[in-house]
Amino acid sequence: MYATRPEARPATVEVFVDGVAVRVPAGASAAAAVLLAGSAAIRETAVTGAPRLPYCMMGVCFDCLAEVDGAANVQACMVPVVAGMRISRQAGARDALMPEAGR
Amino acid sequence: MSFDLAVIGAGPAGMAAAVEARALGLAVLVVDEQPAPGGQVFRSVEAAHGDAVLGAEYSAGLGLVESFRRSGATYRPGTTLWHLDPDSGEMSLTPGGPAVARRVLLATGAQERPVPILGWTLPGVMGMGAAQIMLKTAGAVPSGQVVLAGQGPLLWLLAAQLKRAGAAPALILETTPKGRLAAAFRAGGWFSGRGLLLKGLGLLRETRGLPVVRAVTGLRAEGEGRVQRVVWDGGSADCDTLLLHEGVVPATHIPLALGLEHAWDVRQQCWRPVVDVHGASSHDRVAVAGDGAGIGGWQAAVASGQLAALDAAHRLGRLTAEGLAQRAAPVRRMQAEALALRPFLDALYAPSAAVLAPPDDQVLVCRCEEVTAGQVRAAARLGAQGPNQAKTFLRSGMGACQGRMCGATVARIIAESRGVTPETVAPLRPRAPYKPLTVAQLAGL
Repeated sequence: MYATRPEARPATVEVFVDGVAVRVPAGASAAAAVLLAGSAAIRETAVTGAPRLPYCMMGVCFDCLAEVDGAANVQACMVPVVAGMRISRQAGARDALMPEAGR
Repeated sequence: MSFDLAVIGAGPAGMAAAVEARALGLAVLVVDEQPAPGGQVFRSVEAAHGDAVLGAEYSAGLGLVESFRRSGATYRPGTTLWHLDPDSGEMSLTPGGPAVARRVLLATGAQERPVPILGWTLPGVMGMGAAQIMLKTAGAVPSGQVVLAGQGPLLWLLAAQLKRAGAAPALILETTPKGRLAAAFRAGGWFSGRGLLLKGLGLLRETRGLPVVRAVTGLRAEGEGRVQRVVWDGGSADCDTLLLHEGVVPATHIPLALGLEHAWDVRQQCWRPVVDVHGASSHDRVAVAGDGAGIGGWQAAVASGQLAALDAAHRLGRLTAEGLAQRAAPVRRMQAEALALRPFLDALYAPSAAVLAPPDDQVLVCRCEEVTAGQVRAAARLGAQGPNQAKTFLRSGMGACQGRMCGATVARIIAESRGVTPETVAPLRPRAPYKPLTVAQLAGL
């Protein structure tokens, strides 16, 4: 849980975290937006499905992998917010099987 | 695009190198993953220098950023180096096209030393550096019951910054064992480094009154779906955000991938690339400057960046040997002064054996592939000689972070299991791409 300090950095950029609008300061990363939104998780791990939130915020740990504007596996801490950005939780491992193959 | 010098990283070392190299007439490229210059220490300083909470030393970074902006270096922010061929100087960069340089300076800085404890993967557990980045980039502070656990200068700096912001931590759990202060004074450096020492004492004074438990051992995080409690030997406390810190270590990912010669740093308990006084590595095109060559802090990083730039100019025929010696002398004095307190700090805040190799078999050491300390010990018993072999047994180091978070811990656990010293176990050898790429990025080549 994080809170902005509007006196230092007004929250001026509106983004969508799991579909919910949240205003964050310019210069914040997509990962920061998820923390400010109070989300329970930014991803669920590929191995056990455990919830994770960002850990390092500097591009090292890859625990902030999320879907940003439809692209999966984005290091959310490395992407500055822009107005209208859509950040979504990444759930587990991607299904490698082709649906049209019927299996 | 062809350059005399390519600098990877726009922190204090990279910026100082670019400014110095431009002043000597070199064509300089600076590549940095962040959207703005400053590195982690001066992260977002152009936007946040007016925030008094961060302190005067942070705001002082603005001057360096401004000289870098004026230097005339070609600056590619938001750009990742994912491959470097040291023999040809060709660099693969994304986004955007490749570049080539006659000399390459790696100024990729440090990362927080991983603190593998039970529950450290729970949402709400983060590095103290991460909380500071929230403060610098978004002006944001953790809310609710905030607990700081670990040790090092950053702990007291962050505690002071949070207190100034009206978000003082509810509790500080310091892991420095009893008797360390005496050891630190014996290690020396405190007198010549007294300027920095006084700064540290100022932070201690400013944070006086905050509840502190000292000599904490057995730290773990507990909770359902997120951290709710922090527990240690002899105590526990409710907790919404747990911030961990056990110092920083060089970011050796690219130097190790390049196969540069590395040495085990006994004082800082980590690998670092072997460099000469000017930062030149074992490869004749590549230099390493700043914390990436050994932790020394931002002022030492500035000096080492300048030295590497002077050396580049000399190697490229733009500066005579006499010119190099003359210009390097005052910079080396500045560097020595900036490094004076290191022996004291390294002795005071040496990480415990439990941080380097968690004794509890249940602790996750590889956060990506969710591999436990117990599994690594079992692999060692089956004959894994080091992290490179453990990777094929367990996938530790094969996940998205490419071993940045687990490599050192896996190596340490195996060293303990084999009964050998840490430097006898070869570090994890990263491979290009230095960061994961999408097929689209590769196809765009």
